[in-house]
Amino acid sequence: MTAAAREQAARIGETRGDRLRRMLSSRVASVVALLIAVLWTIPTFGLFINSLRPDQEIRTSGWWTFFTDPEISLYNYNYVLYSDSQGGGLFVNLINTVVITIIGVLVPVTFAALAAYALSWINFRGRNALYIGIFALQVVPLQMALIPLLSIFSRGLHIGDFTLMPAWDLDGVYTIVQVWIAHSIFGLPLAIFLLHNFMRELPGDVMEAARIDGATHSQIFRKVVLPLVTPALASIAIFQFLWVWNDFLVGRTFAPGEATRPLTAVLGDMAGTWGFGWTRLPAAAFIAIIVPLVVFLLLQRYFVRGLLAGSVKG
Amino acid sequence: MATVTYSGATRIYPGSEKPAVDKLDIEIQDGEFLVLVGPSGCGKSTSLRMLAGLEEVDEGSIYINDTDVSNLPPKSRDIAMVFQNYALYPHMSVFDNMAFALKLRRMPKADIKQRVEDAAKLLDLSDYLGRKPKALSGGQRQRVAMGRAIVREPQVFLMDEPLSNLDAKLRVQTRSQIASLQKRLGITTVYVTHDQIEAMTMGHRIAVMKDGLLQQCDTPRTLYEKPGNTFVAGFIGSPAMNLKTVSLTEAGALFGDVTLPLSREVRDAATQDGGDQQVTVGFRPEHCKLGAEGSGGIPVEVDLVEELGSEAYVYGHAAYNDSSERFVVRTESAHVPRLSETVYVVPEPGHEHVFHASTGQRLN
Repeated sequence: MTAAAREQAARIGETRGDRLRRMLSSRVASVVALLIAVLWTIPTFGLFINSLRPDQEIRTSGWWTFFTDPEISLYNYNYVLYSDSQGGGLFVNLINTVVITIIGVLVPVTFAALAAYALSWINFRGRNALYIGIFALQVVPLQMALIPLLSIFSRGLHIGDFTLMPAWDLDGVYTIVQVWIAHSIFGLPLAIFLLHNFMRELPGDVMEAARIDGATHSQIFRKVVLPLVTPALASIAIFQFLWVWNDFLVGRTFAPGEATRPLTAVLGDMAGTWGFGWTRLPAAAFIAIIVPLVVFLLLQRYFVRGLLAGSVKG
Repeated sequence: MATVTYSGATRIYPGSEKPAVDKLDIEIQDGEFLVLVGPSGCGKSTSLRMLAGLEEVDEGSIYINDTDVSNLPPKSRDIAMVFQNYALYPHMSVFDNMAFALKLRRMPKADIKQRVEDAAKLLDLSDYLGRKPKALSGGQRQRVAMGRAIVREPQVFLMDEPLSNLDAKLRVQTRSQIASLQKRLGITTVYVTHDQIEAMTMGHRIAVMKDGLLQQCDTPRTLYEKPGNTFVAGFIGSPAMNLKTVSLTEAGALFGDVTLPLSREVRDAATQDGGDQQVTVGFRPEHCKLGAEGSGGIPVEVDLVEELGSEAYVYGHAAYNDSSERFVVRTESAHVPRLSETVYVVPEPGHEHVFHASTGQRLN
């Protein structure tokens, strides 16, 4: 049998998944992927190089001159992290972003998991209508909800003279609560939708077996469902994490004060509005990148698995 | 130790007019092995799931011992169930799968360990307690599912086609293991299958269902010897009984020129309730002989012969009038007729089954 014939024979009975896998793992595909990866990484790489160069150099020449005339300075890092002057002291903003992100991820993912379980495995009236309603909420653009939400926080909810909820009157550091709530609200519909699809795929037999074994809904949720949807939970958490970490608009709107300002808001100021110290921007931007990079590298296993979930069986 | 009673239990699925299970009445004795059997969609699985508490009981009730469990959640019924796909918890080891229910009951750790290990020994699973279900073969998974039910020491075992995912050889082997295990444990068992051989070999009693209605519930022997209607007659036994609807004469049932004599009472009964001078007669392939020409047998032209070694089955169609009725006859493999030869089928007297032509009920 010739090589071609053998290859032909190997392809008989091949599923679509097999073919896709074979095509993606060919040598040509690998080279193309590598090229794309390098191309895409160049700007980030340049940013990294620039962040390590002295101010004067950044101002007068491109980052690639670094290779002919290497000169390293950590001045910019030092300045943006610890300086008291304008455009410095990013360390505080970094902490703000971390605090915003931790709660802004944990709360929506937790609620989404609970909601997705209820929507997929508890029978109650109006379940489908509720699910479709939540799904439909995704079409509301975030920007449209900003002003209503802001007015709820600052004026409360009233029907005529009747007060449903008084104004919150949050100030200073406490405005961070508004950011948490806003991020949770904006993140929930998609998270519920994705997790619902994932949980729905779990075998019904297993749920029934757990019920017969004497488990209540909360026990089924904790001991059977959660361990089985961990990859999905992780990938949704990563998505939400990246979204909240990189968010500019919500943070700007709901936590405008100095005490709660996230990293992104400061970066924005550096680049645009006042135009001060753009030479320090590379260092500041790199500080903002590091955490997501580390999280992504640690959890990429889940990330890929979560993306593929449902499409490839077994 | 428990009895189970279905009392007019009915299940109507939402959006459907016709009940999936219609007024089911069965009493199951303590320690009995009852098999629910029927073609797919007959309501046997639904009946089991009603007992498990996974389906609602729309009318009537179900009792375990003297307790009405119709509205109790599954966890309060003290039952254990083995599913067709085993439904093992994929993220737990074999040990944890079996211990899950006991842990939920907050049983002391040492007792759990004891019980799980006993069950594992019983099922030959001791070496696999640390493995995940993914790393087990089909037969081992099936045993884990059994083990999960056994450690509970429940009032009632429920089994929903637990063997249908095994290969043929393993199925036969596991069949006898389950039956002997049940005998040893003495726990009341309700077993669902679509396989009549499984039903015949395992059940103390068999409930045959069709279209949500209970057809007959009796011992395997009675079902075989005295099927209550044409459905049960055709369902139990393999190959299926020869069931033919023919004209009724003064003497008996008329197959072409051959008359199968019927008693006077049977003939009278057959003419009532719109019998229309017809009667349905059945005889099993193993209860007839091949006679010579002129022996008074029904002439049949041979289409196919299946030789099984010890015996042979002769398939053919009637060679009288223009009838294309099909017949099956068992014969010794020493005397096998040739293809397209005409043979004469003589039903053994005393082994014929007579049914009403329109109601299908048994007459003799």
